[in-house]
Amino acid sequence: MKRIYLDHAATTPVRAEVVAATVEYMTTKFGNPSSVHSFSREVKEGVEKARAQVAGLINATPEEIIFTSGGTEADNMAIIGLARAYAAKGKHIITSAIEHHAVLDTCKALEKEGFTVTVLPVDEYGFIGIEKLQAAITADTILVTIMHVNNEVGTIEPIAEIGRVARENGIFFHTDAVQSVGKVPLDVEKMKIDLLTGSGHKIYGPKGTGFLYVGKGIKLNPLFFGGGQEKKRRSGTENVPGIIGLGLASELAGKELETEMARQAVLRNMLIEGLLDRIPYTRLNGHRELRIASNVNISFEYVEGESLLLSLDLQGVAASSGSACTSGSLEPSHVLTAMGICHETAHGSVRMTLGRETTNEDIEYVLGIFPPIVERLRAMSPLYDTKGRECGECTLKK
Amino acid sequence: MYTEKVMDHFTNPRNVGEVENANGIGEVGNASCGDIMRISLLIEDNIIQDIKFRTFGCGAAIATSSMVTELVKGKTVEEALQITNKAVAEALGGLPPVKMHCSNLAADALHKAIEDYKLHQNEGVQRLEEKVSV
Repeated sequence: MKRIYLDHAATTPVRAEVVAATVEYMTTKFGNPSSVHSFSREVKEGVEKARAQVAGLINATPEEIIFTSGGTEADNMAIIGLARAYAAKGKHIITSAIEHHAVLDTCKALEKEGFTVTVLPVDEYGFIGIEKLQAAITADTILVTIMHVNNEVGTIEPIAEIGRVARENGIFFHTDAVQSVGKVPLDVEKMKIDLLTGSGHKIYGPKGTGFLYVGKGIKLNPLFFGGGQEKKRRSGTENVPGIIGLGLASELAGKELETEMARQAVLRNMLIEGLLDRIPYTRLNGHRELRIASNVNISFEYVEGESLLLSLDLQGVAASSGSACTSGSLEPSHVLTAMGICHETAHGSVRMTLGRETTNEDIEYVLGIFPPIVERLRAMSPLYDTKGRECGECTLKK
Repeated sequence: MYTEKVMDHFTNPRNVGEVENANGIGEVGNASCGDIMRISLLIEDNIIQDIKFRTFGCGAAIATSSMVTELVKGKTVEEALQITNKAVAEALGGLPPVKMHCSNLAADALHKAIEDYKLHQNEGVQRLEEKVSV
């Protein structure tokens, strides 16, 4: 059976050239970069080259890049490390309601250390309001942490404006850019970003790799203690093969960013328009234009997301959902509910995220199989008889 | 994550729809939780002659609904009342632990439909009595 992978926001396949590079650093170049012999030196060179490759993707300098085990560690390191280092200056942190749990739960954990956290609301598209951010800033605020691109609905936050506001107020700005690094142009100088989180496996690099960019002169209390690697900011022998892979994946992503994203945007539009046209009672979640080129998120009224995913999977299509049934909890996606979408509509959401290998034919195939799947499940759904009813909480257009 | 039996009932659900001349209807769950099950049945001579379901919900919700209709069709009311949510899950070869509470409500919907049937029967008897007394 034909298999189509439309879950690139979850993870991506590692590129062949990246695999080859990592294998070299597991076999012939296996030394520990902290040693003094020649086995070490060649590895150290590789690691520093990777650091420059990552830095190049976001217009940072190599010294500003700390390698981590992934996005989650980088988020934790940024938020906890900075909060502890600047606790004497202030104990207030601002974040948003649609952050990844690696940010939200880290902020929550800091509340137990005496920090206060303001969680900014978002509008129906998932945008945070600059005025709301400005109003939330107090003399005690030390950090604003707001994601660049939302992982579920693809909304691109106005981070250059957020950076400007933070800088004007003397507050540090961290952005979780896991979904945007290598996909949306990033410039930490221009956008006035102080800390930035990136992940390797979202850009065709290996899992277990990531980085934190920390602007020059910014203090961070380390979370790991030991051998003093990464200038004492992240102890532990470097994941050398992973770092090599992350570096090469970053460079390649940067090279093809513009052409690849333009190509995916065409396919994305084809998928969005095709589904909204062919299937009644559907709603696009997120903004029509100000979304990442790879993201489609649509709610199908009167059906439940997991049933849709299972049906798609049976026909070879891999997607994800904001339904509670796919999260292991009883609550649907916190992102969709923060956008004012009512629970039952959130339960019926499907996210499809495109990637380098997605083709025109793939999208046509999905558009062909989707309508009968929805029709079958709706025929089974007792809610479909009541269609057209008003959903009080929802901004849904019927 | 699902057993073959669950996937079979999800892909080819048995007894989907509404029994036209139903004399008992039961609905459980709510849409904001992501699961609604509705069972309609026809009971004659204490036997479940016909039973159908409609479900809004995940794979487990649909499969358990389908399974419960298969389990009780042709059975007596007393036998049907013996069926538990757990028994339905077992008949499907088990469900993932997280689904045991949220999506495993099919027996509840069945029991509600039987209650509805009994209520109507009593009402019928009462109405008859009323007529007699007049």
